[in-house]
Amino acid sequence: MLSSLLRILALIRKEFLAVLKDPRSRFIIFLPPMLQSLIFGYAASFDLNSVAYAVYDQDHSAASTALLSRLDGSGVFERQADLGRAKDIDTWIDSGRALLVIQIDQNFERNLLAGSAAPLEVIADGRNSNTAGTALGYLNSVVESFNGDWRSSHGQQGASIQIVTRSWYNPNLDSRWTMIPSLIGTLTMMGTMMLTALSVAREREQGTFDQLLVTPFRPFEIMVGKAVPNMVIGLGQSTTVLLIAQFWFRIPFAGSFVVLYAGLTLFLMAAVGLGLFVSSIAKTMQQAMLYAFILVMPFALLSGLTTPFSSMPDILQTVMIINPLRYALDLTKRVYLEGAGFANLFADFLPLLIIGLVTLSGAAWLFKRRLN
Amino acid sequence: MKDWQAKWRRIWALTRKETRQIVRDPSSIAIGIVFPVMMILLFGFGLSLDITTVSVAVVDEDVSTDSAALIGAFRLSPYFKLTATRSMAEATVLMLNRNVDGILQIPSDFSRRWHAGAADVQILVDGTDSNQARIMQAYSAGPVAIWTAAQAQAGTSIAAGPVIVESRLWFNAANDSHYFLVPGLIVLVMTIIGAFLTAMVVAREWERGTLEALFVTPMQPGEFLVSKFIPYFGLGMIGFVLCLLAGKFLFHVPLRGSLSLLCLASMIYLLVALGIGLLVSTLVKSQFLASQLAMLLTFLPAMMLSGFLYDLRSMPVVIRGITHVLPARYAVALLQTLYLAGNVGSVVWFNLAVLTAMAAALILATRRATVKQIT
Repeated sequence: MLSSLLRILALIRKEFLAVLKDPRSRFIIFLPPMLQSLIFGYAASFDLNSVAYAVYDQDHSAASTALLSRLDGSGVFERQADLGRAKDIDTWIDSGRALLVIQIDQNFERNLLAGSAAPLEVIADGRNSNTAGTALGYLNSVVESFNGDWRSSHGQQGASIQIVTRSWYNPNLDSRWTMIPSLIGTLTMMGTMMLTALSVAREREQGTFDQLLVTPFRPFEIMVGKAVPNMVIGLGQSTTVLLIAQFWFRIPFAGSFVVLYAGLTLFLMAAVGLGLFVSSIAKTMQQAMLYAFILVMPFALLSGLTTPFSSMPDILQTVMIINPLRYALDLTKRVYLEGAGFANLFADFLPLLIIGLVTLSGAAWLFKRRLN
Repeated sequence: MKDWQAKWRRIWALTRKETRQIVRDPSSIAIGIVFPVMMILLFGFGLSLDITTVSVAVVDEDVSTDSAALIGAFRLSPYFKLTATRSMAEATVLMLNRNVDGILQIPSDFSRRWHAGAADVQILVDGTDSNQARIMQAYSAGPVAIWTAAQAQAGTSIAAGPVIVESRLWFNAANDSHYFLVPGLIVLVMTIIGAFLTAMVVAREWERGTLEALFVTPMQPGEFLVSKFIPYFGLGMIGFVLCLLAGKFLFHVPLRGSLSLLCLASMIYLLVALGIGLLVSTLVKSQFLASQLAMLLTFLPAMMLSGFLYDLRSMPVVIRGITHVLPARYAVALLQTLYLAGNVGSVVWFNLAVLTAMAAALILATRRATVKQIT
């Protein structure tokens, strides 16, 4: 028992040395999570900071000028040009210089004063329909407030309902607050799974794995010796992202570190288990890398990171029961932003534990089978 | 003349060896064919940025005919799935356990204040998923407007605003996110096959010492590179054709530009990706480092910083500056325009020129790096 433990410890030490001794490899383990959380923290947002638009104003009235200056004063809309003829609309949209072109027809003010509806024709560049939708949403809210003021200043009163929105856990609905805590799990999973898969494949390719097999190590011990260092490195990567979230982006941490790290440990068990699983199938480093990639890709895309989980087809939602990242995302976000405790997170802890146990024991079984 | 023949014979032999290696390695086939098909299916059926249903707990503290009618308007909306609750406390529990995405609260003075001229309804959203929260916020305006309009006809309210926005979405009238996902998908698939797969190829030869074995043959560095380019280029084009067919027959994305320009653009981008993969591989000479670098330099930027998923216009200036050195950015702009807007001269020629310059620079750099290490 003790000798087994000593053997495992020796292997763990060797594994740490193999990965962390080379400065280039230290660099490549900790730099990407740092760079990525910084870049994605700024880049991965569905919010728009500026909407470039052009206007084709055929009315040139006080009302149209008032509406346009309200747009320009919104801080989001940036007028690029005043078009003189309808033909120019094509050029501005086609070349991508304007996301929206607003066309105001010559009866705009007359209609408004007469109390009838005044249409505002808007052409949006749908090459990225998501962006176009967001921009139109912003435009609508500006027009909405213009309408409100117009009504009250022109005596067109009537009852109205105001929708008051309050957002829990993320008062300004900043998409960065959602993104960065999600990256804790995502970046760690990508890093850890590949690192694990490659570490065994490298030994196999260089022939040192065979040498390991002639030592008194049992397959189980080899597996633990491979799993533990990679889990520790994974926790290191998670911590890197966590520190950036708190000290760079200053997103307030509402939960408990104990709950977070308990969840991350289970999650890393699952990620390392998957990595070992891949490495027991792969013969070369190239195979290990590519198989790990093909596995991690759908997990990352279907975890709810980029698109809401609930908008996926039911069948995929069912298949993704096996996706550890999905639970990890839910867990990290809820601990981080809501301050959720063990009791609220049972639905995440249990599947992670099961996935971890299944993949690790599956990998152990495959290891053993390869040896016999 | 003899020289040329020998040269081509050597290239041919090396290419054949490389091709056999690809065909015999199941992982190359997996990345060349299984990966594109998987991505097509995922993007086709799994990922959608489009409208989703949000489930909402309703707390009606007013219990009047007005509040019931407003809830009815929400119920009619296809975007909401309502769960009736009796108290705010009950709704809060549902939200904490993630049974609902938000809460619609109608205050007890709703009906009274409505008849007095202005009433409030409260929407509580869970900000941990800010995107979904925003969607819900935007959707809730719909039923409220419908109900207000219905009341207007009954004479208690005025119609929706004097200025009405009539929007038209050019290039994507159906407002279908597949339209912009398919061009991005092509770029993503080519990036993986081109850069990710080849990143390990030269590094492996260094690690195993097979490259040194090649040094003693009359083979020239340029020939060596050409023989690496050809088979992986072929594999990349298979992926491209798969995406092209899926775009047309599965997703029915219209191709408004010319097919030959699209092919040309994709080929040039594939050369860029191959160039990055081979350059990284030649420079670091370690499979582990090469694969991680390729991931960092090509795949993640192609996914996150290319305008494929996240719009470049919403990024801060510094990040937008970084995207200018990333080839994927130009490829996505080019393919999206060719697919959805047509042959817009200014966009097409500029991006094509940038990509060509990048391809040429990368190939030259790889060639130089290879020469240096062999002599």
